[in-house]
Order: sequence, then structure tokens, then C-alpha cells
Amino acid sequence: MLLNQFLLLSAILFTIGVYGVIVRKNGVLVLMSIELVLNAVNINLIVFSTYWGVAGQVFALFTIAIAAAEVGVGLAIVLLIYRNLRSVDIDELDELKG
Amino acid sequence: MNSAAALLAQVVPSYTPETTFDVPANVVFAVQAVFMIFAAIRVVTTKNVVHAALWLVVVLGGVGLNYVLLQAEFVAVTQFLVYLGAVIVLFLFGVMLTRAPLGVSDDLDNNQKKIGIGVGVALLAVLSYALIESFGRSELTFEAYEGVAGANTNGRTQAVSDAIFGQYLIPFEMLSLLLLAALIGAIVLARRD
Repeated sequence: MLLNQFLLLSAILFTIGVYGVIVRKNGVLVLMSIELVLNAVNINLIVFSTYWGVAGQVFALFTIAIAAAEVGVGLAIVLLIYRNLRSVDIDELDELKG
Repeated sequence: MNSAAALLAQVVPSYTPETTFDVPANVVFAVQAVFMIFAAIRVVTTKNVVHAALWLVVVLGGVGLNYVLLQAEFVAVTQFLVYLGAVIVLFLFGVMLTRAPLGVSDDLDNNQKKIGIGVGVALLAVLSYALIESFGRSELTFEAYEGVAGANTNGRTQAVSDAIFGQYLIPFEMLSLLLLAALIGAIVLARRD
């Protein structure tokens, strides 16, 4: 197997995730796109752990845990936005625009 | 797999079993890569929120399969448990609690589609250029795992646990503190008072 086949797959996933973050306006869907980005990074960590030792796997495990925490807090924030605005439309959160 | 390698050695004279070119693994990789890219595109384009969460299952499962191909079994099992078991359920709860439209909805995307496609294509071009330029056709050798994993043992998982509870013990403990803080934070945020 080539190194690059995994790295390019991860680059494609990362790009699709970034596209989702830019285009989606439902808060839950933006969080799902962020999950795509985080998973792309994890693939890279595992690929390079085959070169540099198990540290990459340890970091991937840490990233998985932090991503789970991020989803928990993120969904709580989205829930709070829904409770205050009756909508999860992120484009409506423009109070900093002046 | 051994019989496939033997067959290939007969058909292709230059094939030696020592090279890491592994036909079954490559076929598995190609199939799941196609599935993953299709599912990822569906996650960011589908007009149904619940379908997006379900397509995300395919992507996350494919990532776990990648970990298996890369011989990181422990991370693969963790991926299946944490992502497919917990995160997807959390997403479905989020969809339910925010009363997202359960059917098809046209109100999920904003009007920045052109910017999104532009940024995406530019990013992919830069990333692929950098990757192909720096790694080219270098083979995956698993050189770091040599000597770690004995035959028919679970040596790599042992090495990972040694690293977590040895060299990376303090980051690991910090991580558990962070998880506790996130748990309390999520409860405080979502509490009705």
C-alpha cells in the first residue's frame, strides 16, 4: 500500500468537511462537518504512526476523546441557541455585526 | 491471503511476497474509499438532517476500517465504540431536541455555495500537490511496528497502552480532567433553570 493513498483520502475528507462548514447553516450539520475534518486528521496521525512509532496512535486516541467532548459541548450550545431563538440557523446569529 | 500471494507470484514474475503491495488490502481500500467519499459528499449535500447523520455512520465506519488496514486495531475498536456508539447517538439526540425538520428541507444551506466550492477546490489542489510532491510513491512499510508486534500476539496494543500509561501519562490525566470539565459544562449549558 502506498503512503499517499491514505493521505489523499484524508485530504479529500478534510476538504469535504471544510466545504460543509462553509455551506451548511443548520448548527447540527456544521458539527457533523467538523467531525469529518477531525476524522481526516486522525487518519493522518495513524498513517504517520507506522513511520514514527505508536505516539501517533496515542495522539489519535486523545483526538477521539477531545472530539467526543467537543460534540457534547457543541450540541449543548446548539440546544441553548435553539431554546433562545427557536431556530438553529447559524446565519441568524449576527448580533456582533453592528 | 497466502494463497492469493502465491498465485500472484506465479502470474507476475517480478512479484515477491516481501513487497508490501497487498492485493486484498488494496481492493478493500479502494472499495471503502469510494464509499467513504460518496458518503462524505452526501453528509454535506443531503437535504435531510437524519440522513446526514446516517451517512456520517458510513464515513466513520470507513475511517475505522482504514485503521484496521493500517494495523492500528485498538484505535479502530475505539473508533467504532466512541463514534458509531456514542457520537452518532448524540447527533441524533441533537437533531431530535432542536426539532429539526425530519423530512426533506430546503433550508439547510446558506447562499455561500460558490465560496464553499472555491475554497474546497483550492484547498484540495494545494493539499494534493504538497502530498504528491513530498511523498510521491513511497510505500507504507510499517517500519515502526517491526519488533513491536510478535507473530500472533497483540504486541501493538500492548505498546500503545505502555505509551499511554508511561510516556503520555500526564497528558492522559489532563484529558480525563478535560472530559470532566466538558461533561459539567454540557450539563450546565443544557440545564433548564
